[in-house]
Amino acid sequence: MSQGILLFIEQRDGVLNRTSLEAMVAAQGIASATGEKLSAVVLGKAIGGVASEVASKKLYAVQTVQDDKLAEYTPDAYVAALKQVIQKLDPRFVILSHTYQVRDFAPRLAASLGKTFITDCVGFRVEGSEVVFTRQIFQGKINTDVRVVAEAPILASFQAGSYRADKAEAGDSPAAITVVAVDLTDVQIRTQLEPKFQEAKQAVDLSQAPLIVAVGRGIKSQENIEMIQRLAEAMGAEIAASRPICDNEWLPMDRQIGSSGQTVSPKLYLAIGISGAIQHVVGMKNSQTIVAINKDGEAPIFDIADYGIVGDLFDIVPALTAEITRVKSEGS
Amino acid sequence: MNIVVCLKQVPKKDSILRIGADGKWIDERDISYEMSEADAYALEEALRQKEKHGGEVIVVTLGPERARQSIKEALAKGADRAIHLFDSVFDTATDSAAVARAISAALKDEKYDLIFTGLQSDDYGFAQVGLILAEHLALPSATIVMEVQPEDGAVRVKRELESGWFQWVRLPMPALLTIQSGINQLRYATLKGIMAAKKKEIREVKSADIGLTADDLQPHQVIERAYLPEKTKRTEFIEGKPAEAAAKLVEKLRFDARVI
Repeated sequence: MSQGILLFIEQRDGVLNRTSLEAMVAAQGIASATGEKLSAVVLGKAIGGVASEVASKKLYAVQTVQDDKLAEYTPDAYVAALKQVIQKLDPRFVILSHTYQVRDFAPRLAASLGKTFITDCVGFRVEGSEVVFTRQIFQGKINTDVRVVAEAPILASFQAGSYRADKAEAGDSPAAITVVAVDLTDVQIRTQLEPKFQEAKQAVDLSQAPLIVAVGRGIKSQENIEMIQRLAEAMGAEIAASRPICDNEWLPMDRQIGSSGQTVSPKLYLAIGISGAIQHVVGMKNSQTIVAINKDGEAPIFDIADYGIVGDLFDIVPALTAEITRVKSEGS
Repeated sequence: MNIVVCLKQVPKKDSILRIGADGKWIDERDISYEMSEADAYALEEALRQKEKHGGEVIVVTLGPERARQSIKEALAKGADRAIHLFDSVFDTATDSAAVARAISAALKDEKYDLIFTGLQSDDYGFAQVGLILAEHLALPSATIVMEVQPEDGAVRVKRELESGWFQWVRLPMPALLTIQSGINQLRYATLKGIMAAKKKEIREVKSADIGLTADDLQPHQVIERAYLPEKTKRTEFIEGKPAEAAAKLVEKLRFDARVI
Protein backbone atom coordinates (compact mmCIF):
# COMPACT_ATOMS: atom_id res chain seq x y z
CA MET A 1 0.00 0.00 0.00
CA SER A 2 1.21 3.44 -0.86
CA GLN A 3 2.57 5.35 2.07
CA GLY A 4 4.58 8.44 2.88
CA ILE A 5 5.03 11.72 1.08
CA LEU A 6 7.79 12.45 -1.39
CA LEU A 7 8.88 16.06 -1.96
CA PHE A 8 10.70 16.86 -5.20
CA ILE A 9 13.65 19.19 -4.61
CA GLU A 10 14.71 21.28 -7.58
CA GLN A 11 18.36 22.21 -7.98
CA ARG A 12 20.38 23.78 -10.74
CA ASP A 13 24.18 23.59 -10.78
CA GLY A 14 24.08 22.45 -7.17
CA VAL A 15 21.98 25.38 -5.98
CA LEU A 16 18.68 24.66 -4.25
CA ASN A 17 15.61 26.33 -5.77
CA ARG A 18 13.99 28.32 -2.94
CA THR A 19 10.49 27.43 -4.09
CA SER A 20 11.23 23.81 -3.17
CA LEU A 21 11.34 24.99 0.45
CA GLU A 22 7.97 26.67 -0.04
CA ALA A 23 6.55 23.39 -1.30
CA MET A 24 8.22 21.75 1.71
CA VAL A 25 6.02 23.84 4.01
CA ALA A 26 2.94 22.38 2.31
CA ALA A 27 4.46 18.89 2.37
CA GLN A 28 5.31 19.16 6.09
CA GLY A 29 1.75 20.31 6.73
CA ILE A 30 0.24 17.40 4.83
CA ALA A 31 2.63 15.01 6.57
CA SER A 32 1.71 16.16 10.05
CA ALA A 33 -2.04 16.21 9.32
CA THR A 34 -2.08 12.74 7.76
CA GLY A 35 0.59 11.14 9.96
CA GLU A 36 2.60 10.22 6.86
CA LYS A 37 6.40 10.31 6.80
CA LEU A 38 7.93 12.99 4.60
CA SER A 39 10.96 12.29 2.43
CA ALA A 40 12.65 14.51 -0.11
CA VAL A 41 14.21 13.48 -3.39
CA VAL A 42 17.09 15.29 -5.11
CA LEU A 43 18.23 14.45 -8.64
CA GLY A 44 21.48 15.43 -10.30
CA LYS A 45 25.16 14.72 -10.43
CA ALA A 46 26.94 16.74 -7.74
CA ILE A 47 24.14 17.21 -5.25
CA GLY A 48 25.74 16.53 -1.89
CA GLY A 49 25.45 20.17 -0.79
CA VAL A 50 21.78 20.45 -1.69
CA ALA A 51 21.05 17.09 -0.02
CA SER A 52 22.67 18.20 3.28
CA GLU A 53 20.88 21.54 3.19
CA VAL A 54 17.55 19.77 2.76
CA ALA A 55 18.45 17.17 5.41
CA SER A 56 18.60 19.92 8.03
CA LYS A 57 14.85 20.33 7.69
CA LYS A 58 12.19 18.38 9.51
CA LEU A 59 11.81 15.26 7.43
CA TYR A 60 12.37 11.56 7.62
CA ALA A 61 14.91 11.04 4.85
CA VAL A 62 16.55 12.62 1.82
CA GLN A 63 16.73 10.32 -1.18
CA THR A 64 19.45 11.16 -3.66
CA VAL A 65 19.52 10.01 -7.25
CA GLN A 66 22.84 10.53 -9.02
CA ASP A 67 23.58 9.76 -12.62
CA ASP A 68 25.57 11.31 -15.46
CA LYS A 69 22.37 11.59 -17.43
CA LEU A 70 20.96 13.84 -14.70
CA ALA A 71 23.85 16.30 -14.74
CA GLU A 72 21.82 18.76 -16.81
CA TYR A 73 18.05 18.83 -16.65
CA THR A 74 16.19 17.12 -19.50
CA PRO A 75 12.57 15.98 -19.40
CA ASP A 76 13.43 12.49 -20.68
CA ALA A 77 15.99 11.74 -17.96
CA TYR A 78 13.94 13.33 -15.17
CA VAL A 79 10.77 11.46 -16.12
CA ALA A 80 12.63 8.15 -16.35
CA ALA A 81 14.50 8.61 -13.06
CA LEU A 82 11.54 9.87 -11.04
CA LYS A 83 9.30 7.17 -12.43
CA GLN A 84 11.67 4.53 -11.05
CA VAL A 85 11.97 6.33 -7.71
CA ILE A 86 8.21 6.64 -7.33
CA GLN A 87 7.61 3.03 -8.29
CA LYS A 88 10.21 1.93 -5.77
CA LEU A 89 9.07 4.11 -2.87
CA ASP A 90 5.34 4.04 -3.68
CA PRO A 91 4.39 7.24 -1.81
CA ARG A 92 0.81 8.42 -1.32
CA PHE A 93 1.67 11.93 -2.45
CA VAL A 94 4.40 13.46 -4.55
CA ILE A 95 4.68 17.19 -3.84
CA LEU A 96 6.42 19.61 -6.19
CA SER A 97 6.80 23.34 -6.60
CA HIS A 98 5.07 24.66 -9.73
CA THR A 99 8.20 25.96 -11.42
CA TYR A 100 8.94 26.16 -15.14
CA GLN A 101 11.07 23.03 -14.79
CA VAL A 102 8.32 21.07 -13.04
CA ARG A 103 5.85 22.22 -15.69
CA ASP A 104 8.26 20.82 -18.29
CA PHE A 105 8.36 17.25 -16.99
CA ALA A 106 5.81 16.48 -14.26
CA PRO A 107 2.71 16.12 -16.49
CA ARG A 108 4.66 13.55 -18.56
CA LEU A 109 5.80 11.82 -15.38
CA ALA A 110 2.21 11.54 -14.13
CA ALA A 111 1.02 10.28 -17.51
CA SER A 112 3.80 7.69 -17.70
CA LEU A 113 2.77 6.43 -14.25
CA GLY A 114 -0.92 6.59 -15.20
CA LYS A 115 -1.53 8.88 -12.20
CA THR A 116 -3.19 12.22 -11.66
CA PHE A 117 -1.32 15.50 -11.17
CA ILE A 118 -2.96 18.52 -9.57
CA THR A 119 -1.09 21.58 -10.73
CA ASP A 120 -0.52 25.04 -9.32
CA CYS A 121 -2.21 24.56 -5.92
CA VAL A 122 -2.31 27.43 -3.43
CA GLY A 123 -3.47 25.49 -0.38
CA PHE A 124 -4.84 22.24 0.99
CA ARG A 125 -6.96 20.85 3.79
CA VAL A 126 -7.00 17.40 5.26
CA GLU A 127 -10.32 15.62 5.83
CA GLY A 128 -9.82 12.32 7.61
CA SER A 129 -7.04 10.77 5.59
CA GLU A 130 -8.00 12.58 2.40
CA VAL A 131 -6.37 15.76 1.14
CA VAL A 132 -8.45 18.38 -0.64
CA PHE A 133 -6.39 20.80 -2.73
CA THR A 134 -7.16 24.43 -3.45
CA ARG A 135 -6.26 25.74 -6.87
CA GLN A 136 -7.15 28.87 -8.75
CA ILE A 137 -8.87 29.02 -12.09
CA PHE A 138 -9.43 31.88 -14.52
CA GLN A 139 -5.99 33.27 -13.69
CA GLY A 140 -6.65 33.75 -10.01
CA LYS A 141 -10.17 35.12 -10.27
CA ILE A 142 -11.80 32.05 -8.72
CA ASN A 143 -10.65 29.47 -6.19
CA THR A 144 -11.66 25.84 -6.35
CA ASP A 145 -11.44 23.01 -3.85
CA VAL A 146 -10.46 19.90 -5.74
CA ARG A 147 -11.02 16.33 -4.64
CA VAL A 148 -8.97 13.54 -6.15
CA VAL A 149 -10.76 10.40 -7.29
CA ALA A 150 -7.76 8.33 -8.26
CA GLU A 151 -5.34 5.88 -6.75
CA ALA A 152 -2.10 6.92 -5.12
CA PRO A 153 0.48 8.18 -5.80
CA ILE A 154 -1.15 11.57 -6.30
CA LEU A 155 1.10 14.31 -7.67
CA ALA A 156 0.48 17.92 -6.63
CA SER A 157 2.43 21.10 -7.32
CA PHE A 158 2.23 24.31 -5.30
CA GLN A 159 2.38 27.80 -6.75
CA ALA A 160 5.41 29.95 -5.93
CA GLY A 161 4.60 32.28 -3.05
CA SER A 162 1.77 30.15 -1.61
CA TYR A 163 3.96 29.33 1.37
CA ARG A 164 6.97 31.06 2.87
CA ALA A 165 10.28 29.25 2.54
CA ASP A 166 11.40 30.51 5.97
CA LYS A 167 8.47 28.61 7.52
CA ALA A 168 9.96 25.26 6.51
CA GLU A 169 10.56 23.56 9.86
CA ALA A 170 14.08 22.60 10.81
CA GLY A 171 14.67 19.11 12.14
CA ASP A 172 16.00 18.22 15.61
CA SER A 173 18.80 16.29 13.95
CA PRO A 174 19.83 15.92 10.31
CA ALA A 175 17.70 13.50 8.30
CA ALA A 176 19.31 10.40 6.85
CA ILE A 177 20.63 10.84 3.33
CA THR A 178 20.23 7.69 1.28
CA VAL A 179 20.91 6.76 -2.30
CA VAL A 180 18.19 5.41 -4.54
CA ALA A 181 19.58 3.38 -7.40
CA VAL A 182 18.04 3.99 -10.79
CA ASP A 183 18.99 2.44 -14.09
CA LEU A 184 19.04 4.97 -16.91
CA THR A 185 21.19 2.99 -19.35
CA ASP A 186 18.32 2.47 -21.79
CA VAL A 187 16.99 6.00 -21.48
CA GLN A 188 17.36 7.94 -24.66
CA ILE A 189 17.64 11.67 -24.12
CA ARG A 190 16.00 13.28 -27.11
CA THR A 191 16.59 16.90 -26.10
CA GLN A 192 19.94 18.43 -27.09
CA LEU A 193 20.79 21.38 -24.87
CA GLU A 194 22.57 24.63 -25.64
CA PRO A 195 23.91 26.88 -22.87
CA LYS A 196 21.43 28.95 -20.86
CA PHE A 197 21.60 32.69 -21.41
CA GLN A 198 20.03 36.00 -20.41
CA GLU A 199 18.56 38.07 -23.20
CA ALA A 200 20.20 41.37 -22.40
CA LYS A 201 21.64 42.85 -19.28
CA GLN A 202 18.75 44.48 -17.53
CA ALA A 203 19.15 48.16 -18.24
CA VAL A 204 16.67 49.24 -15.62
CA ASP A 205 16.73 47.95 -12.06
CA LEU A 206 13.19 48.57 -10.91
CA SER A 207 13.81 46.85 -7.58
CA GLN A 208 15.39 50.04 -6.24
CA ALA A 209 12.56 52.38 -7.32
CA PRO A 210 10.50 53.77 -4.41
CA LEU A 211 7.53 54.63 -6.63
CA ILE A 212 6.30 52.56 -9.56
CA VAL A 213 3.45 53.26 -11.95
CA ALA A 214 2.61 50.04 -13.79
CA VAL A 215 0.35 49.67 -16.76
CA GLY A 216 -1.48 46.65 -18.13
CA ARG A 217 -3.71 45.45 -20.90
CA GLY A 218 -6.45 47.94 -19.95
CA ILE A 219 -4.48 50.69 -21.68
CA LYS A 220 -5.68 49.23 -24.99
CA SER A 221 -3.18 50.78 -27.42
CA GLN A 222 0.38 52.03 -27.69
CA GLU A 223 -0.63 55.70 -28.10
CA ASN A 224 -2.17 55.64 -24.64
CA ILE A 225 1.10 54.69 -22.93
CA GLU A 226 2.06 58.37 -23.08
CA MET A 227 -0.76 59.19 -20.67
CA ILE A 228 0.80 56.79 -18.14
CA GLN A 229 4.24 58.25 -18.77
CA ARG A 230 2.90 61.71 -17.90
CA LEU A 231 1.52 60.41 -14.62
CA ALA A 232 4.81 58.67 -13.79
CA GLU A 233 6.73 61.84 -14.55
CA ALA A 234 4.41 63.95 -12.40
CA MET A 235 4.94 61.55 -9.51
CA GLY A 236 8.65 61.08 -10.07
CA ALA A 237 7.97 57.36 -10.45
CA GLU A 238 9.43 54.65 -12.66
CA ILE A 239 7.11 53.22 -15.30
CA ALA A 240 6.61 49.45 -15.44
CA ALA A 241 4.23 47.05 -17.13
CA SER A 242 2.60 43.65 -17.13
CA ARG A 243 3.67 41.09 -19.66
CA PRO A 244 1.21 41.81 -22.53
CA ILE A 245 2.47 45.39 -22.78
CA CYS A 246 6.08 44.27 -23.18
CA ASP A 247 5.09 41.44 -25.54
CA ASN A 248 3.53 44.09 -27.76
CA GLU A 249 6.72 46.14 -27.41
CA TRP A 250 4.76 49.12 -26.14
CA LEU A 251 7.37 49.28 -23.39
CA PRO A 252 10.76 47.56 -23.33
CA MET A 253 11.13 44.10 -21.77
CA ASP A 254 13.21 45.45 -18.89
CA ARG A 255 10.09 47.26 -17.62
CA GLN A 256 8.23 44.01 -17.09
CA ILE A 257 7.10 43.01 -13.60
CA GLY A 258 6.18 39.43 -12.73
CA SER A 259 7.35 35.83 -12.88
CA SER A 260 9.11 36.32 -16.20
CA GLY A 261 10.29 39.86 -15.38
CA GLN A 262 11.43 41.74 -12.30
CA THR A 263 10.31 41.38 -8.71
CA VAL A 264 9.78 44.66 -6.87
CA SER A 265 8.59 45.92 -3.50
CA PRO A 266 8.40 49.72 -3.74
CA LYS A 267 6.78 52.09 -1.25
CA LEU A 268 3.99 52.68 -3.75
CA TYR A 269 2.86 50.47 -6.61
CA LEU A 270 0.15 52.01 -8.74
CA ALA A 271 -1.41 49.34 -10.99
CA ILE A 272 -3.36 50.81 -13.86
CA GLY A 273 -5.48 48.60 -16.08
CA ILE A 274 -3.82 45.51 -14.62
CA SER A 275 -6.23 42.70 -13.74
CA GLY A 276 -3.79 41.00 -11.40
CA ALA A 277 -3.07 37.66 -13.08
CA ILE A 278 -0.94 35.60 -10.75
CA GLN A 279 2.10 35.82 -13.06
CA HIS A 280 2.10 39.58 -12.46
CA VAL A 281 1.15 39.52 -8.79
CA VAL A 282 4.10 37.37 -7.73
CA GLY A 283 6.38 40.19 -8.89
CA MET A 284 4.80 43.01 -6.87
CA LYS A 285 2.64 41.71 -4.05
CA ASN A 286 5.14 42.68 -1.38
CA SER A 287 4.91 46.37 -2.26
CA GLN A 288 4.27 48.52 0.79
CA THR A 289 1.19 50.27 -0.60
CA ILE A 290 -0.70 49.04 -3.63
CA VAL A 291 -3.21 51.17 -5.53
CA ALA A 292 -5.31 49.65 -8.30
CA ILE A 293 -7.31 51.44 -10.95
CA ASN A 294 -9.45 49.07 -12.98
CA LYS A 295 -12.84 49.06 -14.63
CA ASP A 296 -13.64 45.59 -13.24
CA GLY A 297 -14.33 45.85 -9.52
CA GLU A 298 -13.82 42.10 -9.19
CA ALA A 299 -10.41 42.01 -10.82
CA PRO A 300 -8.01 39.98 -8.61
CA ILE A 301 -5.70 42.99 -8.29
CA PHE A 302 -8.18 44.38 -5.76
CA ASP A 303 -7.55 41.32 -3.55
CA ILE A 304 -4.14 42.74 -2.74
CA ALA A 305 -4.75 46.46 -3.19
CA ASP A 306 -4.79 48.91 -0.27
CA TYR A 307 -6.66 51.51 -2.27
CA GLY A 308 -8.85 50.94 -5.28
CA ILE A 309 -10.67 53.03 -7.82
CA VAL A 310 -13.18 51.20 -9.97
CA GLY A 311 -13.68 53.12 -13.17
CA ASP A 312 -12.42 54.14 -16.54
CA LEU A 313 -8.67 54.68 -16.41
CA PHE A 314 -8.91 57.09 -19.34
CA ASP A 315 -10.88 59.46 -17.08
CA ILE A 316 -9.06 58.77 -13.83
CA VAL A 317 -5.41 58.87 -14.92
CA PRO A 318 -5.52 62.41 -16.38
CA ALA A 319 -7.37 63.59 -13.27
CA LEU A 320 -4.75 61.97 -11.08
CA THR A 321 -1.90 63.52 -13.08
CA ALA A 322 -3.52 66.94 -12.73
CA GLU A 323 -4.03 66.48 -8.99
CA ILE A 324 -0.44 65.33 -8.37
CA THR A 325 0.89 68.26 -10.41
CA ARG A 326 -1.31 70.66 -8.47
CA VAL A 327 -0.29 69.29 -5.07
CA LYS A 328 3.39 69.33 -5.98
CA SER A 329 3.30 72.94 -7.17
CA GLU A 330 1.55 73.95 -3.96
CA GLY A 331 3.84 71.96 -1.74
CA SER A 332 7.06 73.46 -3.08
CA MET B 1 5.71 20.53 -42.72
CA ASN B 2 2.40 19.60 -41.11
CA ILE B 3 1.48 21.13 -37.80
CA VAL B 4 -1.39 20.17 -35.51
CA VAL B 5 -2.60 22.95 -33.21
CA CYS B 6 -4.71 22.14 -30.15
CA LEU B 7 -7.17 24.93 -29.56
CA LYS B 8 -9.46 25.51 -26.62
CA GLN B 9 -12.35 27.91 -26.37
CA VAL B 10 -12.66 29.73 -23.04
CA PRO B 11 -14.71 32.61 -21.57
CA LYS B 12 -13.52 35.98 -22.82
CA LYS B 13 -10.72 37.51 -20.80
CA ASP B 14 -12.70 40.53 -19.63
CA SER B 15 -15.77 38.46 -18.60
CA ILE B 16 -17.26 39.30 -15.22
CA LEU B 17 -17.29 35.89 -13.58
CA ARG B 18 -19.88 34.79 -11.05
CA ILE B 19 -20.21 31.49 -9.28
CA GLY B 20 -22.92 29.25 -10.77
CA ALA B 21 -25.96 27.92 -8.89
CA ASP B 22 -24.30 24.55 -8.16
CA GLY B 23 -21.34 26.30 -6.53
CA LYS B 24 -18.93 24.19 -8.58
CA TRP B 25 -18.25 26.29 -11.65
CA ILE B 26 -18.95 29.72 -13.04
CA ASP B 27 -22.38 30.89 -14.11
CA GLU B 28 -22.12 30.43 -17.87
CA ARG B 29 -25.16 32.51 -18.73
CA ASP B 30 -24.26 35.75 -20.51
CA ILE B 31 -20.66 34.66 -21.03
CA SER B 32 -19.02 35.17 -24.42
CA TYR B 33 -16.19 32.93 -25.53
CA GLU B 34 -12.94 33.23 -27.42
CA MET B 35 -9.87 31.22 -28.29
CA SER B 36 -7.66 30.77 -25.22
CA GLU B 37 -4.87 33.32 -25.53
CA ALA B 38 -1.82 31.06 -25.58
CA ASP B 39 -3.57 28.79 -28.08
CA ALA B 40 -4.11 31.79 -30.35
CA TYR B 41 -0.35 32.37 -30.30
CA ALA B 42 0.24 28.66 -30.97
CA LEU B 43 -2.03 28.91 -34.01
CA GLU B 44 -0.28 32.05 -35.21
CA GLU B 45 3.12 30.37 -34.90
CA ALA B 46 1.88 27.36 -36.88
CA LEU B 47 0.55 29.63 -39.65
CA ARG B 48 3.86 31.48 -39.84
CA GLN B 49 5.81 28.20 -40.05
CA LYS B 50 3.50 27.00 -42.80
CA GLU B 51 4.00 30.23 -44.74
CA LYS B 52 7.77 29.73 -44.55
CA HIS B 53 8.04 25.99 -45.03
CA GLY B 54 4.78 24.88 -46.66
CA GLY B 55 2.55 22.05 -45.42
CA GLU B 56 -0.74 21.98 -43.62
CA VAL B 57 -2.10 23.38 -40.35
CA ILE B 58 -4.69 21.16 -38.71
CA VAL B 59 -6.68 22.46 -35.78
CA VAL B 60 -8.04 20.08 -33.14
CA THR B 61 -10.58 21.15 -30.54
CA LEU B 62 -12.53 19.30 -27.88
CA GLY B 63 -15.56 21.28 -26.82
CA PRO B 64 -19.29 21.88 -27.13
CA GLU B 65 -21.08 23.25 -30.15
CA ARG B 66 -20.09 26.86 -29.41
CA ALA B 67 -16.41 25.92 -29.83
CA ARG B 68 -17.10 25.72 -33.58
CA GLN B 69 -16.92 29.52 -33.59
CA SER B 70 -13.27 29.44 -32.54
CA ILE B 71 -12.57 26.66 -35.04
CA LYS B 72 -14.03 28.81 -37.81
CA GLU B 73 -11.91 31.72 -36.69
CA ALA B 74 -8.80 29.54 -36.93
CA LEU B 75 -9.78 28.40 -40.42
CA ALA B 76 -10.44 32.01 -41.43
CA LYS B 77 -6.97 32.96 -40.22
CA GLY B 78 -5.46 30.31 -42.46
CA ALA B 79 -5.63 26.85 -40.89
CA ASP B 80 -6.37 24.23 -43.55
CA ARG B 81 -8.80 21.95 -41.79
CA ALA B 82 -10.14 21.10 -38.37
CA ILE B 83 -11.08 18.19 -36.16
CA HIS B 84 -13.83 18.86 -33.65
CA LEU B 85 -14.29 16.33 -30.84
CA PHE B 86 -17.87 16.96 -30.02
CA ASP B 87 -20.56 14.94 -28.26
CA SER B 88 -22.00 14.65 -24.77
CA VAL B 89 -19.51 11.95 -23.77
CA PHE B 90 -16.63 14.39 -24.30
CA ASP B 91 -18.34 16.76 -21.86
CA THR B 92 -17.28 14.39 -19.05
CA ALA B 93 -13.62 15.03 -19.94
CA THR B 94 -12.91 17.88 -17.53
CA ASP B 95 -9.35 17.08 -16.49
CA SER B 96 -6.19 17.17 -18.58
CA ALA B 97 -5.64 13.42 -18.65
CA ALA B 98 -9.11 12.78 -20.09
CA VAL B 99 -8.81 15.55 -22.69
CA ALA B 100 -5.34 14.37 -23.73
CA ARG B 101 -6.56 10.80 -24.02
CA ALA B 102 -9.37 11.84 -26.34
CA ILE B 103 -7.16 14.05 -28.49
CA SER B 104 -4.43 11.45 -28.80
CA ALA B 105 -7.02 8.93 -30.01
CA ALA B 106 -8.34 11.44 -32.52
CA LEU B 107 -4.83 12.08 -33.89
CA LYS B 108 -4.03 8.40 -34.34
CA ASP B 109 -4.23 8.45 -38.15
CA GLU B 110 -2.84 11.95 -38.67
CA LYS B 111 0.62 12.60 -40.09
CA TYR B 112 2.36 15.56 -38.49
CA ASP B 113 5.80 16.97 -37.87
CA LEU B 114 4.88 19.19 -34.96
CA ILE B 115 2.05 19.55 -32.48
CA PHE B 116 1.55 22.94 -30.83
CA THR B 117 -0.53 23.74 -27.78
CA GLY B 118 -0.74 26.91 -25.72
CA LEU B 119 1.34 26.69 -22.55
CA GLN B 120 -1.83 26.71 -20.46
CA SER B 121 -5.48 27.61 -20.88
CA ASP B 122 -7.05 30.75 -19.50
CA ASP B 123 -9.84 28.83 -17.73
CA TYR B 124 -8.55 25.80 -15.81
CA GLY B 125 -4.89 26.64 -16.35
CA PHE B 126 -3.79 23.02 -15.88
CA ALA B 127 -0.78 23.39 -18.21
CA GLN B 128 -0.81 19.65 -18.81
CA VAL B 129 -2.75 18.54 -21.88
CA GLY B 130 0.18 19.08 -24.26
CA LEU B 131 2.68 17.05 -22.26
CA ILE B 132 0.29 14.20 -21.53
CA LEU B 133 -0.46 14.10 -25.24
CA ALA B 134 3.28 13.95 -25.95
CA GLU B 135 3.63 11.04 -23.53
CA HIS B 136 0.74 9.12 -25.16
CA LEU B 137 2.13 9.74 -28.64
CA ALA B 138 5.73 9.06 -27.51
CA LEU B 139 6.90 12.46 -28.80
CA PRO B 140 9.75 14.54 -27.39
CA SER B 141 8.51 17.80 -25.90
CA ALA B 142 9.55 21.29 -24.93
CA THR B 143 7.44 23.77 -22.98
CA ILE B 144 7.14 27.56 -22.74
CA VAL B 145 8.55 28.04 -26.21
CA MET B 146 9.45 31.54 -27.44
CA GLU B 147 10.88 30.77 -30.90
CA VAL B 148 10.66 27.86 -33.33
CA GLN B 149 13.28 27.07 -35.98
CA PRO B 150 12.71 23.89 -37.97
CA GLU B 151 15.88 22.25 -39.24
CA ASP B 152 16.44 19.07 -41.20
CA GLY B 153 14.37 16.46 -39.33
CA ALA B 154 14.68 18.41 -36.11
CA VAL B 155 13.37 21.57 -34.50
CA ARG B 156 15.44 24.08 -32.55
CA VAL B 157 13.39 26.02 -30.01
CA LYS B 158 14.03 28.79 -27.54
CA ARG B 159 12.60 27.94 -24.14
CA GLU B 160 11.83 30.49 -21.47
CA LEU B 161 13.28 29.59 -18.08
CA GLU B 162 12.60 31.62 -14.97
CA SER B 163 13.83 35.12 -14.05
CA GLY B 164 14.81 36.26 -17.54
CA TRP B 165 16.84 33.16 -18.53
CA PHE B 166 16.44 31.30 -21.80
CA GLN B 167 17.78 28.17 -23.43
CA TRP B 168 17.82 26.82 -26.97
CA VAL B 169 17.14 23.09 -27.22
CA ARG B 170 16.95 20.81 -30.24
CA LEU B 171 14.41 17.99 -30.59
CA PRO B 172 13.96 15.40 -33.32
CA MET B 173 10.65 15.72 -35.18
CA PRO B 174 7.87 14.85 -34.75
CA ALA B 175 7.76 16.79 -31.49
CA LEU B 176 5.28 18.59 -29.27
CA LEU B 177 5.80 22.20 -28.22
CA THR B 178 3.81 24.32 -25.78
CA ILE B 179 3.83 27.91 -26.94
CA GLN B 180 4.19 30.97 -24.72
CA SER B 181 1.86 33.95 -25.17
CA GLY B 182 3.45 36.90 -26.93
CA ILE B 183 5.80 34.82 -29.13
CA ASN B 184 4.52 36.65 -32.24
CA GLN B 185 1.94 39.24 -33.30
CA LEU B 186 -1.52 37.81 -33.82
CA ARG B 187 -3.20 38.38 -37.16
CA TYR B 188 -6.83 39.15 -37.78
CA ALA B 189 -8.92 37.09 -40.13
CA THR B 190 -9.42 38.85 -43.46
CA LEU B 191 -12.72 38.90 -45.33
CA LYS B 192 -11.10 36.71 -47.96
CA GLY B 193 -10.02 34.31 -45.21
CA ILE B 194 -13.51 34.21 -43.77
CA MET B 195 -14.96 33.39 -47.20
CA ALA B 196 -12.31 30.72 -47.85
CA ALA B 197 -12.98 29.13 -44.45
CA LYS B 198 -16.53 28.27 -45.48
CA LYS B 199 -15.16 25.63 -47.85
CA LYS B 200 -12.71 24.13 -45.37
CA GLU B 201 -13.33 20.80 -43.70
CA ILE B 202 -14.39 20.56 -40.06
CA ARG B 203 -14.42 16.86 -39.29
CA GLU B 204 -16.63 16.03 -36.35
CA VAL B 205 -15.36 13.17 -34.24
CA LYS B 206 -17.77 11.42 -31.89
CA SER B 207 -16.50 9.46 -28.89
CA ALA B 208 -17.67 6.19 -30.44
CA ASP B 209 -15.62 6.92 -33.59
CA ILE B 210 -12.43 6.70 -31.55
CA GLY B 211 -13.63 3.92 -29.27
CA LEU B 212 -14.06 5.95 -26.09
CA THR B 213 -16.88 5.80 -23.56
CA ALA B 214 -17.78 8.08 -20.68
CA ASP B 215 -16.00 5.61 -18.37
CA ASP B 216 -12.74 6.15 -20.26
CA LEU B 217 -13.00 9.91 -19.84
CA GLN B 218 -13.95 10.13 -16.16
CA PRO B 219 -11.96 12.94 -14.57
CA HIS B 220 -9.67 12.08 -11.67
CA GLN B 221 -9.90 15.59 -10.29
CA VAL B 222 -13.29 16.96 -9.35
CA ILE B 223 -14.11 20.49 -8.28
CA GLU B 224 -16.23 20.19 -5.15
CA ARG B 225 -16.55 23.92 -4.61
CA ALA B 226 -15.81 27.10 -6.56
CA TYR B 227 -15.69 30.43 -4.72
CA LEU B 228 -14.24 33.90 -4.89
CA PRO B 229 -10.81 34.13 -3.24
CA GLU B 230 -10.65 35.77 0.16
CA LYS B 231 -8.99 39.11 0.06
CA THR B 232 -5.64 39.22 1.78
CA LYS B 233 -6.01 42.96 2.26
CA ARG B 234 -9.01 45.12 2.92
CA THR B 235 -9.15 47.43 -0.04
CA GLU B 236 -10.38 50.91 0.64
CA PHE B 237 -12.41 51.79 -2.43
CA ILE B 238 -12.40 55.43 -3.41
CA GLU B 239 -15.49 56.70 -5.12
CA GLY B 240 -16.66 59.81 -6.83
CA LYS B 241 -16.13 61.57 -10.15
CA PRO B 242 -12.61 61.24 -11.60
CA ALA B 243 -11.32 64.58 -10.25
CA GLU B 244 -12.88 63.94 -6.86
CA ALA B 245 -11.53 60.36 -6.63
CA ALA B 246 -8.07 61.54 -7.73
CA ALA B 247 -8.02 64.21 -5.02
CA LYS B 248 -9.12 61.73 -2.35
CA LEU B 249 -6.54 59.18 -3.46
CA VAL B 250 -3.69 61.70 -3.41
CA GLU B 251 -4.72 62.79 0.07
CA LYS B 252 -4.73 59.19 1.31
CA LEU B 253 -1.32 58.53 -0.23
CA ARG B 254 0.15 61.68 1.28
CA PHE B 255 -1.32 61.66 4.76
CA ASP B 256 -2.44 58.08 5.54
CA ALA B 257 -0.02 55.87 3.65
CA ARG B 258 2.63 58.63 3.50
CA VAL B 259 4.18 57.25 0.35
CA ILE B 260 4.23 60.41 -1.75
